[in-house]
Amino acid sequence: MTDFRTPLSRVRGLGAAREGTGHFWYQRLTAVSNLVLILFFVGLIVALSDASFAEVRATLANPMVALALALAFISVCYHMKLGMQIVIEDYIHDELAKLISLMLNIFYTFIVGAIAIFALLKIAFGG
Amino acid sequence: MSKSAATRARPLSPHLFIYKPIPTMVMSIVHRITGVGLYFGVLLVAAWLLAAATSQEWFDSVSAVYGSWFGRLVLFGYTWVLIHHMLGGIRHLVMDTGNALEKHTSTRLAIMLPFASIALTLVLWVVGYMARGA
Repeated sequence: MTDFRTPLSRVRGLGAAREGTGHFWYQRLTAVSNLVLILFFVGLIVALSDASFAEVRATLANPMVALALALAFISVCYHMKLGMQIVIEDYIHDELAKLISLMLNIFYTFIVGAIAIFALLKIAFGG
Repeated sequence: MSKSAATRARPLSPHLFIYKPIPTMVMSIVHRITGVGLYFGVLLVAAWLLAAATSQEWFDSVSAVYGSWFGRLVLFGYTWVLIHHMLGGIRHLVMDTGNALEKHTSTRLAIMLPFASIALTLVLWVVGYMARGA
């Protein structure tokens, strides 16, 4: 099918990497959500600093707490993925090493997120 | 044809290290370093959650490590890094809107940042210990 758009309109706002300002925007978006969610998390840790195993489990099993912590990990891990990507792209210039590092970055952030969310779900559903 | 010319050592412009470090510059790299620290430090949080999800024994082991003097020192450092990155991040969000970019304002903010982060971390730990005692 004929594409009637001009070459300019096709690339406008997307740039050479086809992502435009997406990376910048999501870094800021997750920064704001991190702010709210981590303040909650820090408060929770302070409140739980002297808690027993049973108390910690009971608190983490609370649906609102479990939900907030799961959201915190999603937001934090996405923010981490974006941030470390920039660090890798800035300092690693060898193409193969860069490619491998970028892959490891995504694996690492997904694994950390998966561990935390799995643990939260297991506690919440009483496994 | 031009490969040898392209791969020959080229003169480079002077890099960051030749400049005298100024507060905004230092806080810029500290923001990145604290970010990398948090990136790996989050494993401490994930390990704690996994231990709580596994068994009493695992939870006790992790609690014993985190509760030791060395564990507390690491957690205190981790809290400071988190607070520093958080306050630095707020500063960056403000600067993203085009505010606080004037030379003296941005320098003053950069100088205030480490003091503010250390103060806030201390407050948090004092409150934490008071909550424990209560």
